[in-house]
Amino acid sequence: MRCADEHDLGTPARKDGKPVTLEVDGVPVTVPEGTSVMRAAAEAGVAVPKLCATDSLEAFGSCRLCLVEVEGRRGYPASCTTLVAPGMKVRTQSKKLAELRRGVMELYISDHPLDCLTCPANGHCELQDMAGAVGLREVRYGTAGANHLEQEQDASNPYFTFDPTKCIVCSRCVRACDEVQGTFALTIEGRGFGSKVSAGGTPFMDSECVSCGACVQACPTSTLMEKSLIEHGQPDHSVVTTCAYCGVGCSFRAEMQGAEVVRMVPNADGGANHGHSCVKGRFAWGYATHPDRITKPMIRRSIDDPWREVSWDEAVAYAASELKRIQAAHGPGSVGGITSSRCTNEETYLVQKLVRAAFGNNNVDTCARVCHSPTGYGLKQTLGESAGTQDFDSVEDADVILLIGANPTDAHPVFASQMKQRLREGAKLIVVDPRVIDLVRTPHVEAAVHVQLRPGTNVAVANALAHVVVTEGLAKEDFVRARCEAPAYEAWKAFISDPKQSPEALADVIGVPAETLRRAARLYAGARNAAIYYGLGVTEHSQGSTMVIAIANLAMATGNLGRRGVGVNPLRGQNNVQGSCDMGSFPHELPGYRHVSDPAVRALFEGAWGVRLHPEPGLRIPNMFDAALDGSFKGLYVQGEDIAQSDPDTEHVQAALRSMECIVVQDLFMNETARFAHVFLPGSSFLEKDGTFTNAERRISRVRKVMPPRAGLADWEATVALAEALGYPMRYAHPSEIMDEIARLTPTFHGVSYEKLDRLGSVQWPCNAAAPEGTPVMHVDAFVRGKGKFLLTAYVPTPERTTARFPLILTTGRILSQYNVGAQTRRTENSRWHEEDVLELHPHDAEQRGIRDGDRVSVTSRAGETVLRARIAERMQPGVVYTTFHHPMSGANVVTTENSDWATNCPEYKVTAVQVALASSPAEWQARFAEFLEHQASLLPGAAPAPAPSAAR
Amino acid sequence: MEPTKLVKMANEIAAFFAAEPDPKVAAEGVASHLKRFWDPRMRAQLLAWVDGHAGAGLVPLALEAVRAKRADLAPR
Ligand code: SF4
Ligand code: SF4
Ligand code: SF4
Ligand code: FES
Repeated sequence: MRCADEHDLGTPARKDGKPVTLEVDGVPVTVPEGTSVMRAAAEAGVAVPKLCATDSLEAFGSCRLCLVEVEGRRGYPASCTTLVAPGMKVRTQSKKLAELRRGVMELYISDHPLDCLTCPANGHCELQDMAGAVGLREVRYGTAGANHLEQEQDASNPYFTFDPTKCIVCSRCVRACDEVQGTFALTIEGRGFGSKVSAGGTPFMDSECVSCGACVQACPTSTLMEKSLIEHGQPDHSVVTTCAYCGVGCSFRAEMQGAEVVRMVPNADGGANHGHSCVKGRFAWGYATHPDRITKPMIRRSIDDPWREVSWDEAVAYAASELKRIQAAHGPGSVGGITSSRCTNEETYLVQKLVRAAFGNNNVDTCARVCHSPTGYGLKQTLGESAGTQDFDSVEDADVILLIGANPTDAHPVFASQMKQRLREGAKLIVVDPRVIDLVRTPHVEAAVHVQLRPGTNVAVANALAHVVVTEGLAKEDFVRARCEAPAYEAWKAFISDPKQSPEALADVIGVPAETLRRAARLYAGARNAAIYYGLGVTEHSQGSTMVIAIANLAMATGNLGRRGVGVNPLRGQNNVQGSCDMGSFPHELPGYRHVSDPAVRALFEGAWGVRLHPEPGLRIPNMFDAALDGSFKGLYVQGEDIAQSDPDTEHVQAALRSMECIVVQDLFMNETARFAHVFLPGSSFLEKDGTFTNAERRISRVRKVMPPRAGLADWEATVALAEALGYPMRYAHPSEIMDEIARLTPTFHGVSYEKLDRLGSVQWPCNAAAPEGTPVMHVDAFVRGKGKFLLTAYVPTPERTTARFPLILTTGRILSQYNVGAQTRRTENSRWHEEDVLELHPHDAEQRGIRDGDRVSVTSRAGETVLRARIAERMQPGVVYTTFHHPMSGANVVTTENSDWATNCPEYKVTAVQVALASSPAEWQARFAEFLEHQASLLPGAAPAPAPSAAR
Repeated sequence: MEPTKLVKMANEIAAFFAAEPDPKVAAEGVASHLKRFWDPRMRAQLLAWVDGHAGAGLVPLALEAVRAKRADLAPR
């Protein structure tokens, strides 16, 4: 069922056609060529009855309810499949049409249960509406004949039910799964009267279904229906807001009953998602009201003391006094803060402002440190701006897609669906990934080339590709001459033409035949429009920044920048990674990526904030841990991040946290970091506050408050209170005023305001006088830095080497149903798809070690050891094993090392040398950690006291 | 901070800039990176290591960069 607040025009819009004018019921209307008569009628304000058509899907023409008369044509064509023609005269109502439509409806209703009053779709059912619209008054066939009323419900999916008795076999669900989601999980089985919807002959939960909900939304009846809607009944209003999970940043209508969410429906007007979503955004919002939420501030002197619930005032005053005490004793640089990509722009802006203005230093960092900091560095150096170059829709014009180190079907599902649409239309795909990710082969999509490289050899691959481009004369020299710095290009050309950079020379390092690399390069460079999309498989390496630079070089050399269908597109992990970086969360940059050493920039902020700003960069997250261990860093304010779980080398991180004197954690839940904290400030979920998120395509979208903050304060209000207690008052009545300040101080945001966001829905920065409605594609006529700059990218092998002791490479990643550290998704039914993190390994490696599927295995690296369950998987290459880090007890990060990107210290999560062996018990670390967790749980208010710990030093 | 760690980080920065054929430009690249991205206490510790231990463990380019740009790298 679609959102009641959205008008259905019946068939999709046509964008590019010439204007065609026709008349519908005497009303003239002009629409683009290729538009259906049904849609033209809807635009003229005439609703033609329909059942199998909906404007998110191509017309199908099966129900025959939408018949119309066209002057000069015989018969009664279906308006959904008939296209407009100039001068056409259409009649949508006549005695004959009414008769025909009633006949159709009669047949449908004779096989439909007449329990409308108790049906969850009551009032919003299209079948019911159509019965009304065609004036159905009697059903001559009765309901006693052959029918489908005895069929069984399928309630296996945790979020929606399938009740075949209500099905009218309109195929909307099947087409939604095919066209919108691209999963092809549903079919219509059988023929004629016997035909029915089937998820491959199994219950939904056991099928290929990924629970995106597109079919549920498309279904005109209550056959496919959200369980939450069945439970609550129909909403009374809806509010447009933005998903708080991944970097796609889908727009949703939160359908509400008072202050309670009934369901989330993706917004058809959403610029990033056009009415689609994935299982997380649509269904996994239950964590917001989960009983584990901590809703009262708490403090304690030491982490071995019990927590004490206190008022906000007391908690904030205590935090402020501790931070001041530490600074007095250990110097102004001894405290810092961490902002979160899960918080809004306004919140991250305030935290960095608090650190710079109230702490008086630049020790602020954000979780992007551990994911996309190399993107910021590499793109700034080469193109001049730390952001992706395109909007998502740009992929519709791409002829070749080069996907590197990203797994969008799991991590960016809605964009993956859009990409798959383009691939089904014929665009070619090159995948560079050590694993056989789903996109390598999925229904109706097959990669043209899969470069299944050894983890850690990205730069070698990029260099080999560039070598082919340059030496085979495939570079777009005129683009480069016009747009890039000539001397740097010449130097790069000389560097990359060296036979040492050839596919033949690098094939052994990469582990892929030279010919495959050559094919990939020719395909990419030969396309009219070729676009690069990449993810953490590029950034989370010791050469993460080098690889981002190499990608930018490749795009510049082939002229693939500055128009639709091309570009360099980082797929951001969390919802607001782009935004938190934009907002000045890095220790060396003020908002808008301006270095703290620039006196003019400092003067601007000093004037606005009324303080002196420190001209030197501050500590990055890993540096903070090191400084904590050497005693120069003692206090930390962490908003919405879980560094104890998400950062590498857990034991090192925990030791650092234990050594600190005041850790203030602001979060929804007692997360892993909070177990080392002295002050806990309860956080607010995205449903409880106003603000904005900026997605991977620089799109700024509103987050709107639909319920009051459970703990009384929204996150930004807590930061304001802390600043006040530190003697640095911040005066904002509403987050819109924070955005106004950001806009005043940041050239790329000059034109942004809540008023504009309300009016346009969303805007993509830069948004200013030069681009008042935002910038979908960047670097159109010139690069942001002026001329693009080629930099030399020598391949330097990671210091992490396999040896006889650690012969395998561990790489890490994400899965669809869980999100990051899992604090949210683990508290929803999504865990049904992923109850624990497992270690995937190739059958060959498993056999050598006597490991069978499901066995418990230890994974040991130079940093540590953990124990996981094994899953044997062909999609791994021999010698490479894989896991995720969605559950704290799996300890993937106990194993990952301290190696990091040379430029940004982004950890090398993607390459760790390990050994894997059968194990009989949990790792020593896990046992100690379990004990520590138990002890910490006993310190929570209302908990029974437990024995003192020996634990987790 | 552990000097070995700072030395390792500085060497990795040098490994990137080592691709640059002009050694002077390469050294400038390393020094400017340290200056723009390292907290002053990290730079001070690296300088102390260069002074106290003759920069043991640093690759020649990193050592050269620190020596050539010493004044710039000293915390303000
Ligand atoms: S929920 Fe999504 S994947 Fe599953 S059957 Fe429906 S459309 Fe297909
Ligand atoms: S389940 Fe719904 S959408 Fe699918 S065929 Fe039946 S009525 Fe149509
Ligand atoms: S998790 Fe990402 S793809 Fe899924 S609904 Fe949210 S923003 Fe969209
Ligand atoms: S709506 Fe046109 S045939 Fe069903």
